[in-house]
Amino acid sequence: MPTVTAISADQSPTAAAAGARPYAIIAEFGSVSEALKAAAQVRDADYLTWDVHSPIPIHHINHAMGLPPTIIPWITLGHGLAGMAFGLLLTWWINAITVPGLSPSVQGYEFLISGKPLFSLPANIPIIFETTVLFAAVGTLLAMLGLNKLPTLYNPLARSRRFLRATADRYLIVIEAEDKKFDLEETTAFLRSLNPTAVELVTE
Amino acid sequence: MSSIRLSQTAERPQRELQAYDPRELTPLVLGGHDFTSITDLVTDLALRKTPRMWYVAMAGALSLLSLLLVTVAYLLTAGVGVWGNNNAVSWGFPIVNFVFWVGIGHAGTLISAILFLLRQRWRTGINRFAEAMTIFAVCCAGIFPGLHVGRIWLAYWLAPYPNELAMWPQARSPLLWDVFAVGTYAAVSLMFWYMGMIPDLATLRDRARGRLAQMVYGILSLGWNGSSRHWVRFERAYLLLAALATPLVLSVHSVVSFDFATAQLPGWHTTIFPPYFVAGAVFGGFAMVLTLSIPAREWFGLRDLITPLHIENMAKVLLGTGLIVAYAYSVEFFTAWYSQQHYEQFVFLNRPLGPYWWAFWTMVCCNVIAPQSLWFPWIRKRVWAIFVVAIFVNIGMWFERFVIVVTSLSQDFLPGSWAMFTPTWVDLGMLAGSFGLFFTLFLLFCRFLPMVAIAEVKTVMPQAQTTRHQIKFDYQPSSDTPRELRRGSWFT
Repeated sequence: MPTVTAISADQSPTAAAAGARPYAIIAEFGSVSEALKAAAQVRDADYLTWDVHSPIPIHHINHAMGLPPTIIPWITLGHGLAGMAFGLLLTWWINAITVPGLSPSVQGYEFLISGKPLFSLPANIPIIFETTVLFAAVGTLLAMLGLNKLPTLYNPLARSRRFLRATADRYLIVIEAEDKKFDLEETTAFLRSLNPTAVELVTE
Repeated sequence: MSSIRLSQTAERPQRELQAYDPRELTPLVLGGHDFTSITDLVTDLALRKTPRMWYVAMAGALSLLSLLLVTVAYLLTAGVGVWGNNNAVSWGFPIVNFVFWVGIGHAGTLISAILFLLRQRWRTGINRFAEAMTIFAVCCAGIFPGLHVGRIWLAYWLAPYPNELAMWPQARSPLLWDVFAVGTYAAVSLMFWYMGMIPDLATLRDRARGRLAQMVYGILSLGWNGSSRHWVRFERAYLLLAALATPLVLSVHSVVSFDFATAQLPGWHTTIFPPYFVAGAVFGGFAMVLTLSIPAREWFGLRDLITPLHIENMAKVLLGTGLIVAYAYSVEFFTAWYSQQHYEQFVFLNRPLGPYWWAFWTMVCCNVIAPQSLWFPWIRKRVWAIFVVAIFVNIGMWFERFVIVVTSLSQDFLPGSWAMFTPTWVDLGMLAGSFGLFFTLFLLFCRFLPMVAIAEVKTVMPQAQTTRHQIKFDYQPSSDTPRELRRGSWFT
């Protein structure tokens, strides 16, 4: 039988006294199926600024939350093409061309080796392939971190001990006060109706 | 529930098969764990008391590392003449060690990336430290090309950078391809490993008690908090990196094989080298993963996460790649005969019968004969027996590179140029010392970083399973739903 604790102020002893502004409400769930079901209900209630925090990537969470697909694969493709272009340009410039009049530091140099063509695509493919993969991989990682706005320097939710269990063994639905539909009593009652094991208010 | 139930079905009598439910997955985590206990089990290694064997192993590793430092210092001050390289055998131990270590690294990427694409859920118990093994193996590999140029402080000349001499490296040379390939491989493996660790570093941050631990793990985990919006992008990026790493690992060892295959030397100049080297790399690498994981599961209490199923699966991969390597050896001999080229035929008669016959037969016994024992369940079900076979394969794979490099160079076209190669104490010291560097880095990783991919292991536990029917997928937005919710924005 899930228990719902009375909504409590966050652990800071001065928050309640100062009447601090609410930042978010956390609803804790013990199992992934409950969290998924609850997430679908929050989605259907038209909340926008909310999230589900979990220790694992929940299968189908993007459907339950109504999340659109991410643009990261296109960024990977773009970076890969840029890497390929860079590799082509590099191998061409350093071995296949000499432009008279340029400074020696940037001047290319024509390597004439046994009468072979100055630019030979098969010979340069290993380097071009590697630069393609390198640029694509770097682009993927930076895109993921950038779109996730990582590194995040400060998160008010981290002051809640309950929230820290999101990286271990609990599933938390967090609705932030910034949301247009947020109302302290209504949102609390709504979250309670989802049968969580606990509900907690986090203030600024 | 027996963890090796699936592999026992072949011997199970017919009447018992009705009791076996194929809808049930073989448990990949034993011991009745839940998320809480798994988290405790793995994070305690980094946050609580260190097991005593860690100190013992570290002492051994540090002594070998100091041997490496001594030999490197001697080499840098006295010059590369202190190696056994001579006029015929101009590539000796350094390149053998380089290829050996780079090959070992490839198994880590195979486990991380290729087994991920093949949806092999059992990889989650071992992928984190297999990836770590890759990083450290590439570190060990990289010191040898760096040192073998002699003036290592000028090693940056290998890179294409603008300089006042208008001097650029030659893009046709496999040695430059190596620079790009191994450099890309090191960078991509590092990114893949680090990105996968971010959620686990956050777990360590949230469970750390000391201020320093909280700060360090906090910085490394970049503020990760388990947000599902973040997880969705994370999973997509992980898949993309795995898809990029797969052709990368195949290309890297092919490029390393081109160091030999693009030369004219009999015994080197053969088109079989790229697939032969890649299969051999996976073979040797899995042997090293087994060599590391079998003691680690005992000493660090991970027997519930690295189960006999994991060990047996790795042994099967070892057997499979060992067969490919054995096939490659026989194809080389066949090609030498079929070519009717007397230089090629001489090289392949010289390997088993010439002055380095002892190296050749060590290689054959260790790489071809020893892994055949893995056909037998008696060996495959016993973890210590697999460990012995893995040690044999490690030795055999080093000797394979020795045989390829030294026998082909020592007796090539002109008998007047022939010369025997004898390793010096610096050669042997650097080989042993490279193991010291490898194990030191690996043990530091075991002590301070999440040794097992905690989040990934949790995803293959029963507690993470859901069924589609539990959530409503048809999302019908109402008329006053804000525009952002009706259709996903194109950019997210």
